[in-house]
Amino acid sequence: MNEVNYKQSWFGNIRGDILAGIVVALALIPEAIAFSIIAGLDPMVGLYASFVMAVVIAFVGGRPGMISAATGAMALVIVTLVADHGLQYLLAATILTGIFQILFGVFKLARYMKFIPRSVMVGFVNALAILIFMSQLEYFIGHRPMIYALVALTLLVIYIFPYISKAVPSTLVAIIIVTALAVVMNIQAWTVGDMGTIPRTLPEFLIPAVPFNLETLMIILPYSVALAVVGLIESLLTASIVDDMTNSDSEKNVESRGQGIANIAVGLFGGMASCAMIGQSVINVKSGGRGRLSAFVAGAFLMFLIVVLGDIVVLIPMAVLAGVMIMVSVSTFDWNSLRTLHLVPKTDATVMLVTVITVVVTHNLAIGVFAGILLSGIFFAAKISDVKVDSKIEGSKKVYKIKGQLFFASVTDLLKKFEYQDDVKEVEINLARAHIWDDSAVVAIDKIVHKFKENGIEAHVTGLNEESSELVEKLANRLGGH
Amino acid sequence: MYKKILLAYDGSEHSKRAAENAIKIAKCNSESKVEIVYVVDSNKAKHDVLNNWNTMSLEEKRKELLTGVTKIATDEGVEYTIQILQGEAGPSIIKYANDNDVDLLIIGSRGLDGIQGFVLGSVSHKVAKRANCPVMIVK
Repeated sequence: MNEVNYKQSWFGNIRGDILAGIVVALALIPEAIAFSIIAGLDPMVGLYASFVMAVVIAFVGGRPGMISAATGAMALVIVTLVADHGLQYLLAATILTGIFQILFGVFKLARYMKFIPRSVMVGFVNALAILIFMSQLEYFIGHRPMIYALVALTLLVIYIFPYISKAVPSTLVAIIIVTALAVVMNIQAWTVGDMGTIPRTLPEFLIPAVPFNLETLMIILPYSVALAVVGLIESLLTASIVDDMTNSDSEKNVESRGQGIANIAVGLFGGMASCAMIGQSVINVKSGGRGRLSAFVAGAFLMFLIVVLGDIVVLIPMAVLAGVMIMVSVSTFDWNSLRTLHLVPKTDATVMLVTVITVVVTHNLAIGVFAGILLSGIFFAAKISDVKVDSKIEGSKKVYKIKGQLFFASVTDLLKKFEYQDDVKEVEINLARAHIWDDSAVVAIDKIVHKFKENGIEAHVTGLNEESSELVEKLANRLGGH
Repeated sequence: MYKKILLAYDGSEHSKRAAENAIKIAKCNSESKVEIVYVVDSNKAKHDVLNNWNTMSLEEKRKELLTGVTKIATDEGVEYTIQILQGEAGPSIIKYANDNDVDLLIIGSRGLDGIQGFVLGSVSHKVAKRANCPVMIVK
């Protein structure tokens, strides 16, 4: 049964997949080149990565119809690694990233992605868009007016051409028209060729030339962890988007494992760490791509184009590529999140903004995600740690009614909410509307009782719910004696 | 007379009024059937997925959206089917109507996306122009 399904996922939509794959290959070239340059690498590193990634994921991925290749998100993480240690360490980090992603898939952790708060995901996407945009500024800000004109013309063609035809990607049309114009008019501008070479050969298998020791591991480990996290977030987000667009389900754990296998292959064939791409996957599905064949064709045709057209690709002015990347960043940004910023809860908006700001400052999406998760955790704790204490005198005793969740974050203030010097003989602490969650809470209640005792007041705890009293009993043995 | 009635529905106020009219017309003939068509716009897939990241199923949320119409239809004893399409709203509705020999197409004058309707010429306008069957636009 599985066998049949797998075959179906390859050959169920041959015509649509081949056509869409070709469209995606054309749209991939400028991005693969631009993302390599963002990372400070030769264009070839991104092109090889895109070729190997797309072809391998076609076989081992869990979401047919999704496109994976060199991405901006991953490029941004590796900038400092490349600058400080060079390409070979990046290749080693890429392989280690793959190992982490395989483990993630094998241990079936994909469902925990849903626990990343929505506002952190939105922040991730928005931060990515902002960073891609910022990375392009150096290619035209402060240059001659002519360079600005090239960027503007590129953007104009990209946004106007879809009204004429949607069959060809408008980015490709823009690149051809504006590059031809720059060549014909002999405009002296930075080109892709100035950024590195495009050797027009297939990638070769090689083991990264790094010393295999602990020192190397300590250098690449933090990058690999960040790459694995960023790659999986973007890949599983993209997978959900493709699920939604095609009204079909996908296997997220298989996809995570597949991303890992593909990244190991990428590292061994001289490419940079890669992941799924939202924009390209949307292009693929819209162009009729549904099956594994579409990703395979995209990768293979990309390589074919580079081998055949390598000499032409180097003529593309960087300003034109900058125009394409500006379009990519505009479509990556979740504009709706700005429109609804004043409507969502203030804590959600804060988490989103903090995620974005952290990424923009650190240039690392993984750190932004961690900051966002941490902050939403703190907000959550603050929200539920609001404990109310009401007190009233009933005859000769005073009754404290406690309402809320008692745990490590909420009990610090609790101690101050009792009056230990009161002129009463007896105190009742009613926990009927409270819940004890951890040993901190048990210890706190213990302390309160103790403090009353010190002042000669007898304190009783009443109304414990079943779960809470079980916990108290369990802990009483271990915590007793103080 | 109108046996196969297509109702384009997106949960907006106008589409709800369109639904009321579709059911009214369907009640005139015991053989009438309403096909409720809901288009999932691929251009908005990214936003929809992001917006519902912590809810487990986007699909259930969409079904919930349709319960408004389906409840009235059931109450009034009108037979209906639900069709969820993927793609751009206008072209998807037109293609479905033309491929399935619909007798009458009912659509709200304005959908959820007010700004797009203003800039690009609204979905209902496109549908009225290109569908091969009578089209009823409900204000």
